[in-house]
Amino acid sequence: MELTLWTYEGPPHVGAMRIATAMKDVHYVLHAPQGDTYADLLFTMIERLPDRPPVTYTTFEARDLGGDTAEIFKNAVAEAYDRFQPRAILVGASCTAELIQDDPGGLGRALGLPIPVVPLELPAYQRKENWGTAETFYQIVRAFAGANAPEAGTERPPRPADKRASCNILGATALGFRHRDDVREISGLLRRMGVEINVTAPLGARPADIARLGEADFNVVLYPETAGLAATWLERTFRQPSTKTVPIGVGATREFIDEVLELAGLDSARLPDDELTRLPWFSRSVDSTYLTGKRVFVFGDATHVAAAARVAQHELGFSVVGLGTYTREYAREVRAVAEELGLEALITDDYLEVEATIKELQPELVLGTQMERHIAKRLGISCAVISAPVHVQDFPARYSPQMGFEGANVLFDDWVHPLMMGLEEHLLGMFREDFEFNDHSVPSHLANAGSVQSAPDLEQQMVTSPAAGETAISGVWSLEAEEELRKIPFFVRGKARRNTEKFAAMNHVDVITVETLYDAKAHFGR
Amino acid sequence: MTGTALASPSVACAVDKEAPVLRERGQREVFCGLTGIIWLHRKIQDAFFLVVGSRTCAHLIQSAAGVMIFAEPRFATAIMGEKDLAGLTDANEELDRAVEKLLARRPDIKLLFLVGSCPSEVIKLDLSRAAERLSATHAPDVRVLNYSGSGIETTFTQGEDACLAAMVPTFPAEPADSEKSLMVVGTLPDVVEDQFRRLFDELGIESMQFLPPRHSTEPPTVGKNTRFLLAQPFLAETARALEERGAERIAAPFPFGAEGTTSWLRAAANEWQVSRERFAAVTETKRRRAELSLERYRDRLNGQRIFFFPDSQLEIPMARFLSRELGMELIEVGTPYLHRHHLADELSMLPETVVLSEGQDVERQLDRCRSAKPDLVVCGLGLANPLETEGLATKWSIELLFTPTHGYEQAGDLAELFARPLRRREKLRV
Repeated sequence: MELTLWTYEGPPHVGAMRIATAMKDVHYVLHAPQGDTYADLLFTMIERLPDRPPVTYTTFEARDLGGDTAEIFKNAVAEAYDRFQPRAILVGASCTAELIQDDPGGLGRALGLPIPVVPLELPAYQRKENWGTAETFYQIVRAFAGANAPEAGTERPPRPADKRASCNILGATALGFRHRDDVREISGLLRRMGVEINVTAPLGARPADIARLGEADFNVVLYPETAGLAATWLERTFRQPSTKTVPIGVGATREFIDEVLELAGLDSARLPDDELTRLPWFSRSVDSTYLTGKRVFVFGDATHVAAAARVAQHELGFSVVGLGTYTREYAREVRAVAEELGLEALITDDYLEVEATIKELQPELVLGTQMERHIAKRLGISCAVISAPVHVQDFPARYSPQMGFEGANVLFDDWVHPLMMGLEEHLLGMFREDFEFNDHSVPSHLANAGSVQSAPDLEQQMVTSPAAGETAISGVWSLEAEEELRKIPFFVRGKARRNTEKFAAMNHVDVITVETLYDAKAHFGR
Repeated sequence: MTGTALASPSVACAVDKEAPVLRERGQREVFCGLTGIIWLHRKIQDAFFLVVGSRTCAHLIQSAAGVMIFAEPRFATAIMGEKDLAGLTDANEELDRAVEKLLARRPDIKLLFLVGSCPSEVIKLDLSRAAERLSATHAPDVRVLNYSGSGIETTFTQGEDACLAAMVPTFPAEPADSEKSLMVVGTLPDVVEDQFRRLFDELGIESMQFLPPRHSTEPPTVGKNTRFLLAQPFLAETARALEERGAERIAAPFPFGAEGTTSWLRAAANEWQVSRERFAAVTETKRRRAELSLERYRDRLNGQRIFFFPDSQLEIPMARFLSRELGMELIEVGTPYLHRHHLADELSMLPETVVLSEGQDVERQLDRCRSAKPDLVVCGLGLANPLETEGLATKWSIELLFTPTHGYEQAGDLAELFARPLRRREKLRV
């Protein structure tokens, strides 16, 4: 049993819903107790989709358990087929239905419907949402593209010289973080490069489109978490190579372009040179100097974390002081990224552990999920969301991709905007006793009344009660040193305290004076 | 549970003695009882709700709550894994460990609810025994109770019913010679409780208590001199538990709108033999003020046709309020369960032409709704935006639980909830 306050991922059948909802002409019949229909609101309220997800639930109750729940399931499938006339039906069970072992796959097939019935086995007590998404997409790809698979061992025939290179774009789902906009951005980029797009899936694809996947020359995998499994199978079955770079950030987008050129057998001349990214110039402009070394903590799914760490460190000049992921399936990749930065990755789906880490590291910016947004709000730290799980405000009305060159522009705006602006930060440091312009002020461009109170409160808490382990090593603060500490802007005060205490412990200083404070400052730098 | 259990989704039209009710069995687009934790954990300030369930349960609560609106919630989920399913001994040990961890983290907790879920019930994990065991371990600091919020047993607001019912046996008995006392039953916002307390006080009913209490350490007393008024229509089990302790229910309509609130207060006043004059003196000004606040909305809502999907069991009192005080026309009033006894006064106040439905086959009900083309649809969060897309105006029913709606001072706010979607549609030119 695992004690959880908040969960980063839903159960695996929600992953299956994300695939079914992303696609067209597919219907998912889910054997599930009453109440599991809550999942509809993820799509209709959080993502604001105009239609109900194409999901029928059996919603059995206690009184049904003594009777024939299998019969209820069969009727639900038959009625869903009659009413919605899908071209494929997915069948499966949620966590409770898994326990009653009605075999939705067998029951669904036994109906003899004139359309394919794809059974989904998603073990709810072992796996989670992203795994369910990947597995469902893989099963659909196998079911529909599999029929057109060449015999094992057949080499892929070379592309005719008069035919343009083509690719599939894989991985975008319903409820994904900016998936809709990423697909548009990358589709545009690929077309401008002269690459044809064969199929985009699952987002917007019909079963008939899935059947054509094998016709493309290669696959563009936008989100390995959802499409990695299917892409591996396609590679094996159709000898279709896949892109490995996720084009988030300027550097990654350039590498992605090189990868595509290679896979498509194109020369770089085909890429128009007016691809517009402002990030490199904005980052080099003098106003951005104040971004240098801003301490950043990164947490989310593996794909977005790996990309964000690179952009933060190398393209915005921040210092990544910690990173991690809740995606255990891709822990290895994230650990490798952390290692490059000289860090140890935090691999956990325990919200409390992430909170404790952020508290301890006291970063100036958190790049995380909806969960970290709340942690950061409580700790009075700036935050930008980079990954699912997300909330309604992370489905913006405007075009706002994360990928490609426009995506890099968005990253610059979204990550820099929550921070204290350059000169303002200096003024705060210089005139902190100004009665209208002090620690309790939020950045002037952010009219967020809520954080006016929460930030100092929390900082107080952080300053007066450092983590338990640290009290033991720290010297005692003299009154003067405490007062001096309070003059340091609140967003670096916690760090100054920690550094000073560490310095005191290292040098066996019993009483921390104003001198110790400045000795420590000189020792550690800012 | 009422209703005919039919093996397959089908429609049955049963003619009751009182009014015909359309009973259906198909897909129910409703929350399970775990959802009640969202408001209960804020009301009882020293209580913690531990759901013993699956990742789905945890995901439901955080999704229904709009994802993490509270700094640190007083609820959590003990997510069962494969190991827990394999052996119940292990599951019990694991549960004890989870509770230990939780209480160490939150020493301020005085009352812990173990909340049963669909999977915990299907594997027959006995949470009442677990609660007894854990109560013994953690007494006297923490009392541990249990109830079921599972979807196979409860629909949405029935979770609150199950929770309150679980508390009733633990309440101290009132002294045998005590005077008659009043208990108001059902979670109310603090501001509404205060308003009611003042009203009852002015009526001369001084000994009064609320269930649930704001702190578990100050529980209400109960006994044969307790008279209780239900503030919510979904509290069948709680009422039964109170009656088992000797308390008597005062039959009344529910305190929504000027008329409903007056009738509700009068029922108590009659029980205490408050004079007609005194009752008028206390309520008249407030009733008029409530009527005045409704006046503003009557033009907008009068003659508008409304359709209720089943959700919170508040549908029937709402329909009564909207039809009688605001002149709305009722097309279909769906409710997950129809408790005829507790709703007797409400049902008698509905127009004869009303179509009541109990249970749900959401697809068929959507067909009926589309063909009726109502001016306003009251429904759950999963259906609202899709219906808006189809051109229908909607009101999310969950707001009826999340906003203060009871009593005189909130009558206008309640009307506003239904008028706002219509006004907004008129306002928009995009």
